[in-house]
Amino acid sequence: MRINRINKKTPPTDPTVSNFSEIDKLLAEYKGRKGTVIPILQGVQEILGYLPPRVFQKIADNTGIPVSDLYGVATFYAQFRLHPVGKLMIKVCHGTACHVQNASAVSSAIEEALGVKDGETTSDGLFTLESVACLGCCSLAPVMMIGNDTYGKLTGAEAVKIIKEIRQKEMSTTSDPVNNK
Amino acid sequence: MQNTKIIVGLGSCGIAAGAGKTYQKIETLIAEGNLDVKLGKTSCVGMCYREPLVEIHDASGVYLYGDIDESRVPEIIEKHILEQKPVKEYLVKTDLFPTPDDSFLKDQVKITLRNCGMIDPEQIEEYEAHGGYQAVKKIAAEKLTSADIIKTVLESGIRGRGGGGFPTGLKWKFAAGYSSPEKYIICNADEGDPGAFMDRSVLEGDPHTVLEGMIIGGYAIGASDGVIYCRAEYPLAIKRLNIALNQAREKGYLGTDACGIKDFNFDIHIKEGAGAFVCGEETALIASVEGRRGMPRKRPPFPAQSGLWNKPTNINNVETFAGIPWIILNGAEAFANFGTEKSKGTKVFALAGKVKRSGLVEVPMGMTIRDVIFNLGGGIKDDKKFKAVQMGGPSGGCIPEYLADTVVDYDSVTATGAIMGSGGMVVMDETTCMVDVAKFFLDFTCKESCGKCTFCRIGTKRMLEILERITNGEGKPSDLDELIDLAQQIKDNTLCGLGQTAPNPVLTTLRYFRDEYEAHINQHKCPAKVCKNLLTYTVNESKCTGCTVCARNCPVNAIDGERKKAHTIRQDACIKCGLCFTKCKFDAIEMS
Ligand SMILES: Cc1cc2nc3c(=O)[nH]c(=O)nc-3n(C[C@H](O)[C@H](O)[C@H](O)COP(=O)(O)O)c2cc1C
Ligand code: FES
Repeated sequence: MRINRINKKTPPTDPTVSNFSEIDKLLAEYKGRKGTVIPILQGVQEILGYLPPRVFQKIADNTGIPVSDLYGVATFYAQFRLHPVGKLMIKVCHGTACHVQNASAVSSAIEEALGVKDGETTSDGLFTLESVACLGCCSLAPVMMIGNDTYGKLTGAEAVKIIKEIRQKEMSTTSDPVNNK
Repeated sequence: MQNTKIIVGLGSCGIAAGAGKTYQKIETLIAEGNLDVKLGKTSCVGMCYREPLVEIHDASGVYLYGDIDESRVPEIIEKHILEQKPVKEYLVKTDLFPTPDDSFLKDQVKITLRNCGMIDPEQIEEYEAHGGYQAVKKIAAEKLTSADIIKTVLESGIRGRGGGGFPTGLKWKFAAGYSSPEKYIICNADEGDPGAFMDRSVLEGDPHTVLEGMIIGGYAIGASDGVIYCRAEYPLAIKRLNIALNQAREKGYLGTDACGIKDFNFDIHIKEGAGAFVCGEETALIASVEGRRGMPRKRPPFPAQSGLWNKPTNINNVETFAGIPWIILNGAEAFANFGTEKSKGTKVFALAGKVKRSGLVEVPMGMTIRDVIFNLGGGIKDDKKFKAVQMGGPSGGCIPEYLADTVVDYDSVTATGAIMGSGGMVVMDETTCMVDVAKFFLDFTCKESCGKCTFCRIGTKRMLEILERITNGEGKPSDLDELIDLAQQIKDNTLCGLGQTAPNPVLTTLRYFRDEYEAHINQHKCPAKVCKNLLTYTVNESKCTGCTVCARNCPVNAIDGERKKAHTIRQDACIKCGLCFTKCKFDAIEMS
């Protein structure tokens, strides 16, 4: 069981109110249908990036499903996150094919370069590092996925190079002075 | 140039290898040169090891090129299209003369994968032009009954491709036997085995054949609705399935009087998984579709009697469904002609790991594992020594080299202690540590256990702890007996397949590679040089040139030495990351 998924560290902040209108729309769409807990949670996570506490109450009020059930579902599945994440997810595959082709070297090189451990977010809020089991591109092992793009036949150094390039690109396109230094 | 067509393979693996950029580059060059060339898309033909793949059809024949990244596109266009001279260097396959890659395709028999890499998966017309939806049309035209179809499927001998190997015809017969106005047919596209990608390729490459198989199954059991439970990690598969569903609805293959069969009202919906391996198990999958935690429940009642929303339900794997239209069209006998006595037809395998040609292959049951790995797979990467092949993922086991002449069929593979599983074949060589592999799988099942059964929840954790101890060099001689004892208890006292098979990776490696476990425990050595804590890195002074590369790269500054003088590694500070080993250009770092 993934007990370590329930991370008690930083209390998550609640999202701004404006986002809730989108959630209302989502809830209305699923209103009255059965078996919708997972798609609702997936939808909310799509909108907010994670599942903040207030949202559970809101879904419960709307659907009549107890918060405990919702929370039970959210902590059961690997996809759901109870904490905010960076702008881009770096998913390093640790499936069988990647494991036997030294995926751990890829992970440690990234951890080293970004100064974060598995599951953590970089201080600039750009990347969250996550290890996953099989991205289905085993023939290109070892593999990682950043955002929606997949990269294969990696070494630690190549993975770090790709990440640095992405960071550079992100920095040049953002006007945020903090990220531009 | 007229009638020339260029087709780019755009499966997930191709896109990951850069096929998207290749496609764009070709598009640009066609536009710039105002070339009279059609550009098309297809999915994966299985030759993932040569992605990105580009196929050119012209008046002289068909040419498949491999490794065509963006930078090689101008050369191909220039030489092949403009000068009409095929570029032999990158040719993978052509009908005009033999190529080294022919042996990858020669012994394959494509039934499930018959259209993968041949058609554009986003165009229903292309599927139809390749015999698609002919099986349902045959059912409508010949007024075949549910009993007729079940009889054909039974006679074909097809067994479930999701791992269990249960005869599909029998399963349909049970489900058809329960009458209810609401009845479900579910396609299991959860593909949780890490290291397997058969179902992904079929869904991305030929989604309509899966839909047609489900329609036939739905008609045979009398289902009112179909559900495809697809893992969320497969966004491209989900996208193409959605396109295919809309096209099938538009053409009347789904909906009221589906396929023109009166009173057959049937539609299919997609449910996205949310990341839980156990949801591949039938009752857990049902719980997940209903929106609950995916915990398996006791059987009976079997889903055929009481499944989704307590209604009769039939679940089959993607590959099982994909074979059905072919069986209905070509007859049970044609399918049963392939294979062995008890395992009929063909099986798709995902070849990965330390094999030269990794990709997707479909072979008749009864081929030896050695033939799959060496003839089709081209042997072991870097010509290293073949050690074992892992089949069946977390529920399976490692088959050693000396059993490589085992044939692939359900019973022969089970006899080795592994299982056929869904078709993942991860090849391992001398540099793979079998204790580490066992630990890898136990770590996986331990995390993925739903927690319901004590023996699965805690037993896998205890086994994992022992394996961690052994790979850290702290193992005790009694550990091996304890592992076997725990394994037996977990097998005996768990509810679902996850727990019952979780010890298999440990049991098979113990059976075939006990000496490796003993080397870890007794000599504190990892013969494959994988287990970090059992390694020491030292500098070979006669080879070291004092270039300082190792010292500069060491993340913990554990390497001392002056320029142009031999360096040394301080063992107490070394974290055994291996960076110096990979960075040294003079092979002066030694690992022991
Ligand atoms: C833990 C566990 C995971 C499973 N994962 C899958 C899976 O990912 N895909 C699949 O088709 N079957 C999976 N199965 C097997 C299914 O429970 C079921 O037997 C299969 O979907 C039935 O289809 P078939 O008869 O066509 O093989 C899994 C079983 C267990 C116990
Ligand atoms: S094992 Fe890494 S992509 Fe499958």
